[in-house]
Order: sequence, then C-alpha cells, then structure tokens
Amino acid sequence: LPAAVLLKDTKLMDVKLGQLGSWLAMRDFTPGGILGAIRRGHERYYNKYINVRKGGLGGFSMVLAGYVILSYMWSYSHI
Amino acid sequence: VLHTTRPLHTTQQSLAPVPPLPEKGGEVRHGLIPEEFFQFLYPKTGVTGPYMLGTGLLLYLLSKEIYVVNHETAAAACILTVIVYAIKKFGPDVAAFADKLNEEKMASALAMKNDTIQTLQTAIEEEKKEQWRAEGRSYLFDAKRNNIAMLLEANYRERLLTVYNEVKKRLDYQVALQNLKRQKEQDHMIQWVEKNVVQSITPQQQKESIAKCILDLKALSKSAHAAV
Repeated sequence: LPAAVLLKDTKLMDVKLGQLGSWLAMRDFTPGGILGAIRRGHERYYNKYINVRKGGLGGFSMVLAGYVILSYMWSYSHI
Repeated sequence: VLHTTRPLHTTQQSLAPVPPLPEKGGEVRHGLIPEEFFQFLYPKTGVTGPYMLGTGLLLYLLSKEIYVVNHETAAAACILTVIVYAIKKFGPDVAAFADKLNEEKMASALAMKNDTIQTLQTAIEEEKKEQWRAEGRSYLFDAKRNNIAMLLEANYRERLLTVYNEVKKRLDYQVALQNLKRQKEQDHMIQWVEKNVVQSITPQQQKESIAKCILDLKALSKSAHAAV
C-alpha cells in the first residue's frame, strides 16, 4: 500500500478538481512565500527557454505576447 | 554572533562541476505556444485539436467584442507582417552570428583551461625532476667533504713549512753568530800576535838580520854570476 502523499506536497497537475480549493488555501501567501514563488517561476522559465546554448525566438516572444495580452486586459475599459 | 549550533559544511559542495547548458530550449510552436500544450491535448483531440481550439477562441473573442477591431488592429497587422517577414529572412544569419560569438567565448575559456592544465603538468614534471635531483645530494656532500679535507691538508702543510723555515732561520742565526764570534777572536788574536812580534824586534836584531841578508844576497849573486 503506497504511502499517501500529503496534499501539501502534490503538484498542481496532480491535484484533483475537488481538492483545488483546499490546495490553494494552504499555499504560502506571506510576502516571503510570494517572492519565493515568483523566483521559482522565473527560474523555471529562464532555465527552460533562455539559458540554453541555442536559444530560439520563442523564449522572448512568449514573454512579449504575455505582456501584450496583459496590457490589453488592463486597458480594456478604455476602448 | 555566530550560531555555533548550526552545522557548517555538512554536505558535499554541490556547485562544482557545473552541469553543461542544455543544447536547445523548450520547443515553441509558431513562436508563441509551447509544445507541451500540443502534447497535452494530443491524446484527447489528436493533431488538429489545439488549432481548432485556437480558431474557436479567436472567433469567440471577435464575435463577443472582447477583442475590439479598430485602427490599432490594422497597425498591429502591418507591424506583425513586417516583423514575421524580417525574422524569416534574417533569422538564421543572426542565429549563426550569435552562435559564432558563443563559440569564440567557449573556445577562449577552453584554451585558458587547457593552458592552465598544461602549465600545472609541466610544473609537476619540474617538481619531480627537482626531487630526483635532490637524491644526488650524497654525491654533492662527498665532493664537499673531499674539498674541505684537501683544504685542511694544504693548510696544515703550509703551516708545517712555515714552522720549519722559522726554526731554520733561528738556527742559522745562532750558527752565524758563533762563526762571527770565532772569526773575530781569530782576527783579534792574529793582530795582537803581530803587534807583539813587531814590538819585540829590537833595533839590534834588525841590524843583525839586515847584515845577514846582505851576505846571503852576495853569496847568491856569486853563484848566479857563475851560472851565467
């Protein structure tokens, strides 16, 4: 019988839909935790798409597209 | 304040050697959507799934006016066309240039590393050679010992010679002194004897000796006349 993995340690893709609320609730929302989450996300993206030998266009253009969409969302009411 | 209860350096250093960079980054399709998205939808919808999703999303945004078509749309379309054309045309050249720069950096770093390794190797060999040289120090010390012994011997003999010469000089001096003394005594005695003899010749004796000499001379002359 495999030991049950704590909800705290499961990754987002393994969380069942019903557990999503409780999973979100027990995340670390302190400033240090948020900063750590930002850093982790940045490192993941950076090491996957930018910090490689032969990087392509996608690494940078995805960030640009995300910025475009975000700014459109923020300025939607002005249109 | 140093917290001495905290353990220091318990694990092996994990910073070196640094793992090499991956060759290629994550795959991105059309420059915007990561490949993982297509793989995520492949089991359920096959190859055309994501494109269908994209088309549906686009039509939904357009029809519900969530995306508004205005002058900015035209500007965006023109700009995007130009950008895509430029990338398609000049992309590979720029990529080759960047790769060349990277290669040069790597080559210089590698050359530096190899040079350092080479220098250290030669240093190791030099050190070994020095160690081998140090083994011969017994011969060196033997030669030095021989030299010193010879110096000592030569010095000893010089001093012996000096002593001999000095002693000889002193003895010669004594001998010369004695000789001189005897000489002087002899001379003095001879002079004294002569003086006394000359003094003892009285005038009477002188006349007698002169008369005797004249008689002898006459006798001699007679015999000489006869011989001639």
